[in-house]
Amino acid sequence: MNRGTVIEFHLEARSGVAPYLQLIHQVRQALRIGLLSEGDQLPTVKDVVGRLVINPNTVLKAYRELEYQGLVTARPGIGTFVTGTLGEGSLAALGPLRRELRRWLGKARRSGLDDESIEALFLTTFRTSAEDVEGTGRWAG
Amino acid sequence: MTAVLKAQGLGKRYRRRWALSDCTLDIPAGQVVGLVGPNGAGKTTLLHLAIGLLQPTTGQIEVLGDRPPANPAQLARVGFVAQNAPTYGGLTVAEHLRLGAHLNPGWDAVMARDRIERLGLEPRQRVGKLSVGQRAQLALTLAIAKKPELLILDEPVASLDPLARRDFLQGLMEAVVDQGISVVLSSHLVADLERVCDYLIVLVGSRVQIAGQVEHLLSTHHLLTGPRRDPARLPEDQHVISASHTDRQTTLTVRTEGPIHDPAWTVSKIDLEDLVLAYMSRPADAGRRPALEVQR
Repeated sequence: MNRGTVIEFHLEARSGVAPYLQLIHQVRQALRIGLLSEGDQLPTVKDVVGRLVINPNTVLKAYRELEYQGLVTARPGIGTFVTGTLGEGSLAALGPLRRELRRWLGKARRSGLDDESIEALFLTTFRTSAEDVEGTGRWAG
Repeated sequence: MTAVLKAQGLGKRYRRRWALSDCTLDIPAGQVVGLVGPNGAGKTTLLHLAIGLLQPTTGQIEVLGDRPPANPAQLARVGFVAQNAPTYGGLTVAEHLRLGAHLNPGWDAVMARDRIERLGLEPRQRVGKLSVGQRAQLALTLAIAKKPELLILDEPVASLDPLARRDFLQGLMEAVVDQGISVVLSSHLVADLERVCDYLIVLVGSRVQIAGQVEHLLSTHHLLTGPRRDPARLPEDQHVISASHTDRQTTLTVRTEGPIHDPAWTVSKIDLEDLVLAYMSRPADAGRRPALEVQR
């Protein structure tokens, strides 16, 4: 079952997001895009601590929270393993959606929007539509 | 959780000058505690009181449940690395390890040797020939090989270059994972401590300005910007830590347990560095108020 660790964490120092939330986010992101799947091992606490030079409690807290969300399971003395899935059913839909988004981005650029405007447009639309479907599919954190 | 360090009204006076005044702390075990403050704030005095190198003028301090230095058994449970990581330049690395083994009943020779090997230090090398970073790593090895429950480090990374600093903190954090030790380390730079600490104590002008869990500190401090106004007219539960004004605008750092409702303010998060700076740049008399302890 153990295929070794497949992801490496990184931290954005000035993002204003608490480090343990950044770790959680990276695992969830990796699950969503299929980079992590069931049976994969997360880096050990000591690995993460050594690599990022952070407090071990930060890593433990992130792993505990992921366990609480039902995504990973800690096996004492061995490591923490992915046991849950996120949006697996929609994984197949990613390709077509990405293509559609690419087409849309092309259209936006041809209309003369620069990257900053595209991002702003996307984010504001994303937010308003997220408010419409409050609570569904939004990452709570 | 039991306290690794408890202080009640702790003070230390040198002749007429108070190096530490009215210090009250209660630090739970299993944490990495950062003690931050400008040079001369009293950090070393507090740490020396904790290991029993100094005796208090007023108040009390307890470390691992005893008044330091209670007895040899208690001393064995506390590791200490003094400022500039003192080592003996004329002795070799191996001789340092032998010395450590002689002086410490709980010495872990295997771990010490492993660590020296991993650091790439040559046992026959004279310590005087090592780099500053290597000497610091040796001092850390000596301190963790005695298997303390609490490790106290006075400005351990101040004299190190960025790479050596990272290596040192990495070694320290790995020791925390492996041995579950509690750590208190001081620095005049909060950036050194930001990622490695759970708990922070800000010491300025001989007084504890604030102490608490880093996460709690970050969630209870906010940066407010808005049209110019008198900070004295804020709600009672909002404590102003720092304030600056232009003709039209006011910028405040406030501490509050509750939410900020006033729509006139733009509320932003504050990072640990700005939070500490806000306390450091407070007028001297602000610290005269009783030190406050933020509990979880």
